[in-house]
Amino acid sequence: MEKISLQIDQHQIETERGTTIIEAARKSGIEIPALCYMNLEGMCIKNQPSSCRICVVEVEGRRNLAPACATKCENGMKVRTSSMRVLNARKTVMELILSDHPHDCLICAKSGSCQLQGLTNKLRIREVPFEGERNRFEKEVSPSIIRDMNKCIYCRRCETMCNDVQTVGALGAVNRGFDATISPAFGNKLSDSECTFCGQCVAVCPVGALTENDYTNRLIDDLNNPRKTVIVQTAPAVRAALGEEFGFAPGTSVTGKMASALRELGFDKVFDTDFAADLTIMEEGSEVLARLNAFLSGDKSVKLPVLTSCCPAWVNFFEYQFPDMLDIPSTARSPQQMFGAIAKTWWTEKMGIKREDLTVVSIMPCLAKKYECGREEFSENGNPDVDYSISTRELAGLIKRANIDFRSLPDSDFDNPLGESTGASVIFGATGGVMEAALRTAYELHTGMPLAKLDFEEVRGLQGIKRAVVDMNGFELKVGIAHGLGNARKLLNEIRRGESVYHVIEIMACPGGCIGGGGQPLHRGNSAVLKARSNALYEEDRSKPLRKSHENPYIIKLYEDFLGKPLSEKAHHLLHTHYFNKSK
Amino acid sequence: MSYNMHILVCGGTGCQASSSKTIISRMNEYLKEKNLDKEVQVIATGCFGFCEQGPIVKIMPDNTFYTQVKPDDTEEIINEHIIKGRKVSRLLYKEPEHHNPVSDSKHIEFYKKQLRIALRNCGFIDPENIEEYIAREGYTALAKCLTEMTPQEVINEIKLSGLRGRGGGGFPTGLKWEFASKYVADQKFVVCNADEGDPGAFMDRSIMEGDPHSIVEAMAICGYSIGANKGLVYIRAEYPLAIKRLRIAIKQAEDYGLLGENIFGTGFGFTIEIRYGAGAFVCGEETALIHSMEGHRGEPTTKPPFPAESGYLNKPTNVNNVETFANVPVILNKGAKWFASIGTEGSKGTKVFALAGKINNVGLIEVPMGTTLREVIYEIGGGIKNGKKFKAVQTGGPSGGCLTETHLDTPIDFDNLIKVGSMMGSGGMIVMDESDCMVAVAKFYLDFIVEESCGKCTPCRVGNKRLYEILSKITEGKGTMEDLDNLRNLSHVIKDTALCGLGQTSPNPILSTIDNFYDEFVAHIRDHRCPAGKCKALLTYHIDSQLCIGCTLCARNCPTNAIAGERKSPHFIDTEKCIKCGTCIDKCKFNAISIR
Amino acid sequence: MDKIKSLADLKKIRDNVQSKIELREKSENPEKSVQIKVAMATCGIAAGSKETMTYFIENLERNGIPAIVTQTGCMGYCFAEPTVEITKPGEEPVVFGHVTPHKAEEIIQKYLKNGELVEGIIPVNYNSI
Repeated sequence: MEKISLQIDQHQIETERGTTIIEAARKSGIEIPALCYMNLEGMCIKNQPSSCRICVVEVEGRRNLAPACATKCENGMKVRTSSMRVLNARKTVMELILSDHPHDCLICAKSGSCQLQGLTNKLRIREVPFEGERNRFEKEVSPSIIRDMNKCIYCRRCETMCNDVQTVGALGAVNRGFDATISPAFGNKLSDSECTFCGQCVAVCPVGALTENDYTNRLIDDLNNPRKTVIVQTAPAVRAALGEEFGFAPGTSVTGKMASALRELGFDKVFDTDFAADLTIMEEGSEVLARLNAFLSGDKSVKLPVLTSCCPAWVNFFEYQFPDMLDIPSTARSPQQMFGAIAKTWWTEKMGIKREDLTVVSIMPCLAKKYECGREEFSENGNPDVDYSISTRELAGLIKRANIDFRSLPDSDFDNPLGESTGASVIFGATGGVMEAALRTAYELHTGMPLAKLDFEEVRGLQGIKRAVVDMNGFELKVGIAHGLGNARKLLNEIRRGESVYHVIEIMACPGGCIGGGGQPLHRGNSAVLKARSNALYEEDRSKPLRKSHENPYIIKLYEDFLGKPLSEKAHHLLHTHYFNKSK
Repeated sequence: MSYNMHILVCGGTGCQASSSKTIISRMNEYLKEKNLDKEVQVIATGCFGFCEQGPIVKIMPDNTFYTQVKPDDTEEIINEHIIKGRKVSRLLYKEPEHHNPVSDSKHIEFYKKQLRIALRNCGFIDPENIEEYIAREGYTALAKCLTEMTPQEVINEIKLSGLRGRGGGGFPTGLKWEFASKYVADQKFVVCNADEGDPGAFMDRSIMEGDPHSIVEAMAICGYSIGANKGLVYIRAEYPLAIKRLRIAIKQAEDYGLLGENIFGTGFGFTIEIRYGAGAFVCGEETALIHSMEGHRGEPTTKPPFPAESGYLNKPTNVNNVETFANVPVILNKGAKWFASIGTEGSKGTKVFALAGKINNVGLIEVPMGTTLREVIYEIGGGIKNGKKFKAVQTGGPSGGCLTETHLDTPIDFDNLIKVGSMMGSGGMIVMDESDCMVAVAKFYLDFIVEESCGKCTPCRVGNKRLYEILSKITEGKGTMEDLDNLRNLSHVIKDTALCGLGQTSPNPILSTIDNFYDEFVAHIRDHRCPAGKCKALLTYHIDSQLCIGCTLCARNCPTNAIAGERKSPHFIDTEKCIKCGTCIDKCKFNAISIR
Repeated sequence: MDKIKSLADLKKIRDNVQSKIELREKSENPEKSVQIKVAMATCGIAAGSKETMTYFIENLERNGIPAIVTQTGCMGYCFAEPTVEITKPGEEPVVFGHVTPHKAEEIIQKYLKNGELVEGIIPVNYNSI
């Protein structure tokens, strides 16, 4: 790479040709403020419309100010990031943004973490000289996402995530000029659009325009209700990221502290979604083997590959975008829903609680899970299997609200029986984890032999699409793994065109898998954070005495007592589902 | 057998709107009836430019120029002029100064100082007939380029001619071609920007309607010189006639082998496709135009990369405006030196302007660069309408500025206009007289910008809206001197920070009006008075009790019952109720009502 | 329609179609051509000016003289119809009286081709419109 040299403020800087001014400055410790610019470097995602014009700088010899985010460094360039001309322009642009933005920061969900608020403070803007019309948009409250476009600053980050990264195409710019805003097509609501509720837009929104639908107040009501039994399940990825909200380094697993905190909050039972993940492997693994065997024995009615179905955003994605392929995904419900179904049948029966008196809450790294538990097929007589889901971020907020000193909490275990899990289930939270867990069980069930090496390194890691061939004692099982819906689309297009060579494919909607979910503490595209989180999960897997789902004693007991065997009629009724054509 | 006489009838959009199509068909019918259809040919041409006086009918060979012809005049023209050789003097143009009829258009002031290069064939040939274009040396420039010149030689010739982009930017065309030619790619594109959007400007439309082959030929020449074999015309869908003529031209050129594979047996191939825009002003900005053609939202992106490097479908793309292209074949036929001999030091050739506003001769004119504003307004334009006083001329459309009396002797070219705080733009020229309020004029342009901003960048999306709101406040008499400072600062920041050319120039109308008409702003703010009497909120209607005879006509017509008074005694206006609609003034037969 | 395959093809077409607009090109620059105005009022037509005009148009072309033949109203010389005003490039207009096709031929051959004077010139003291 060619080196060039330039001057930014007082610094003489050497950088590579092609570097933008904002990046070169950042490397020299000069933080040029920006709102629309987003560089999720580790994920190779860039939002660079150069439209907010906050990052403008003065470049000697140039007529107007240059956007630092989109202007490349040139040899011998002289840049001033904070001349009075720049400061005046930046302040004025900021005042313009604020002149069309509500000033009710006190009750905004983003208060304290809002980048606009932070920058307003940094630029010491104390009044807005421009009075005039403000946009008035109707606020949309969907089960997962709250969309308040009055707060939108039109940075287009959500559009980049939704269109370029996830290829969902639910959000885009509409209208022109002052009325321009981001919306699903035809002014529809998210709920009536192709939105998958993956929440990646929420994860990048710098302001309070896109936020999660927060259920913590409802949770407080339920925990206060003496007639209700309130139980909780926590998803694998939550334990690997929750600590970040309390000052722990990324990748610190806080499973034990989390269980203690949940108990402090007053949950009657603290269970684990991991238990249901083991159950998922039993069902999905058995389904894979059954379909594979039928296919290999020449049954033309059976299609391959089998696609995983744990991720609700992914389920939405193929229901909207690939309705011709609804027969390929596994019919197994997600762990969240398997948990709910078992809790509200077997467990209530066992405990002698009425279904209506039990509230099942899930803690998820995900916003789509909020939507998933509301799907009609996952309820009985209007009573949902899982009542509602709160995100990792919401849980952190609740713990803080409850004055729980999270850092000094002792570790504690999950309750039984729905809290016991194997190492296979905990890695569900990282991309490739479901596949690895399934392989461990499928191998042993298929070959009848113990697996010599449990770690399938080839399916781990953050590449967008991973491919591997697994030797199943003579039979070569071809697997594919994709995370991020854009990558998923590539694999699905291969299948649609008949070019797919895979037997099984795992897909997770969010980049990195659930550890990078839309409900997680914000990682801001730092892939080191994602790696640390996944390491935490693999570490926890390694430390578990049991690492294969079919060895979970409580799962074995559940089948013995209640379900019979995998894919039994009861299992079908409670643990499997069907899909709908939602194409527009 | 050739015809003895040609009757040219303007078939441009303006004259068609005043029934020129009917005139043509009635002429043809009547000539046939009189057995003259073998001797006299009727030709529908493109725009003559003198749109104020349309429909235009020109009789050749005696060069008689009939104006404001109606379908009912056709028989008289044929009976008198064609058969008897007597000019129909009531249809001849009369100079506003001395009211004497002028027969030959060459002697009409409107045409005297014009030099038509880009418009050379408009109003002269039948635009739907490729042979008429060929007869005017059409496609010889393309032939010359392909058979005798290397691409670099073509570029050098264009560079030498000094041709600059006529769409507004004024960037040297040859240089632009050279940039695009330097990039290596498997596919390049030539784009013709026909997204003409300045209020009042219609030169590009007229060229496409009147001489579409010149665009086809120039695009192919450009393709040859930059190494592109595909051309795209981005044209607004509300130009149906231009689209039709362009389509015909492309088809004819294909039929004649002047487009397609192996043109002139040289192995060079070039095709042209038409893409329709929905008429967004911002899509005249080349990056926005390209995104629109790609099927995306018509929004600009930061340059660099310039289209020459990464344009349509991320391929090297050269975008030129219609008028720019129209100059290219002539330059190559007559030589760069000839072209460079016309105009000023930094601006060569001619420029087409759309004259509009309070001027006698509204229309399309083409003058050598360096012609003064005074010549354009007073000689070609025939001065100010109704003998009123000249106040300002707005050039450059929404990106330009308002110039005053003191600038009238400025020779018009790219650099001079920028020097005096306006710009060339695409050539809109709107003349204002003493009854125009300059604050309202600035507000008008801002209104347009607010409407046409794509909304992508903050300064343009919100900033222009705020400028508009401050101007509204001032026109309502609610402004403060602080607002004036705010206007200035905000204008400068928008110019300094906006993403594309639209935003970077949008405050120009405000800045130039504040500079040139400061007192008028102050009058609105301090005295709550609109000196031109235009700003409604600052006006009050009064009835002069001396003049009012109490006829009650005003009171009976007032839509808000704001006028009261006894019959046969002076009436009064309740200013609270008055909505300043002006009906009473129109109705009063005694000039008793005035505006203060 | 055959495709144009070379520069020569284009030139051939151009030469063929040039006559279509020649009339217009000449009248755009009348000072470069001989301008002939034939008086075509009732008196002129009665005296045969129509034939005279046709004769000029056809025979000027045949003789290769670039000219614009137009009609005009009564010149006031009703006694000398058909009357014709002829302006050679760069010269003052001259009016001829009693121009029959025969006389027209003489004007073409002598006055226009060779610059010789021809009888029948009417002294001019008017301004045409």
